Amino acid sequence: MSQPLPGQSAQVPVLALGDVLLVSLQGELHDGMAEQLQHDISSRISASEVTGVVIDISGVDIVDSFLGRVLAEIASTAALLAARTVLAGMRPAVAITLVELGLTLPGLVTALDVDRALELLSQGGT
Amino acid sequence: MMRPSGQAPATSLPIGSDADLAWVRQQVRQYAAQLGFGLVQQTKLVTAASELARNTLVHGGGGQAEITALDDGRSRGLRMRFTDQGPGIRDLELAMTDGYTTGGGLGLGLSGAKRLVHEFHVDTEPGRGTTVTAVAWVTQVPSSRPGAG
Repeated sequence: MSQPLPGQSAQVPVLALGDVLLVSLQGELHDGMAEQLQHDISSRISASEVTGVVIDISGVDIVDSFLGRVLAEIASTAALLAARTVLAGMRPAVAITLVELGLTLPGLVTALDVDRALELLSQGGT
Repeated sequence: MMRPSGQAPATSLPIGSDADLAWVRQQVRQYAAQLGFGLVQQTKLVTAASELARNTLVHGGGGQAEITALDDGRSRGLRMRFTDQGPGIRDLELAMTDGYTTGGGLGLGLSGAKRLVHEFHVDTEPGRGTTVTAVAWVTQVPSSRPGAG
C-alpha cells in the first residue's frame, strides 16, 4: 500500500511570482512531503529576495494537526526570515473541522483565495 | 445490534508508513461518501482517521486500521478501529488532555479526534498496546445512542 496515490508527486512545486513564493497544495500530502516543503520554502526565502509566501490549500481535502503544525511552522520560520505568509483558499469543511479539532492556528494570516492573498501582501499589511 | 451493511462490509489496512496514512484517509473517505455522510462529516471523519492512524504509527510503532460500515436499522454509520501492539498509554486521562504530547505534535490527536466523532473508546494497557475505536453516524445525533457500542 505504499505506492504513490493519484494526484501525488514526490515534491510540492514552489513557484516564484516576483518577490512572492506561491505554493499550491493538492490532494494527498504525505508527512514527509510536508516536511520537505517546510525546508524548501525556508531555503528559497533565505536564498532570494522573497518577502511573501502564499500557500494555496484550496485543493486540500483535510488539514489534520500534523499538517496544521507544518503550516504554522512555515509561517513562523518565514517571519523570522523577514517574509510574510498568507494561507489561501481553505475549504469551509476544513475550517469547521479544524475548529472542532481545537486547531485554530491563531498566528496564521488567511485569505479566501490566492488573488486576495497576493493583494494583502502587496498592501504591506498583514 | 450493530452489523455491517451489505453494501460495504469491512476493510483492514496496515499502518506502517506515512504512505499508509494517506491510504487510510482515502479509504475512510470512500466509505464515508458511500454511506451517505455529508461533506463536513466526511471531512471530520477523514481528519479523525488521520489523527488516530498517525498515533498508531508514531506512538504504537505501527499497527492496523479496520474500517467497518454499520447499519443499526435506523441509520448508517462508520466504525474505525486502530490497533497497535506498542507501549500502551500509561495515563489515559492525561493523554486525552488537549495540548498533552509525547510525540512532538500538538497534543490534539486523541482529544481532537474524540470531538470529531459520536462515540469514542480507548482500550489500552501499558506494555500490551492500544486500540482506539471511533464511531460516527450519518444522522447527527446526541453523543449517546441506545443500542450502540
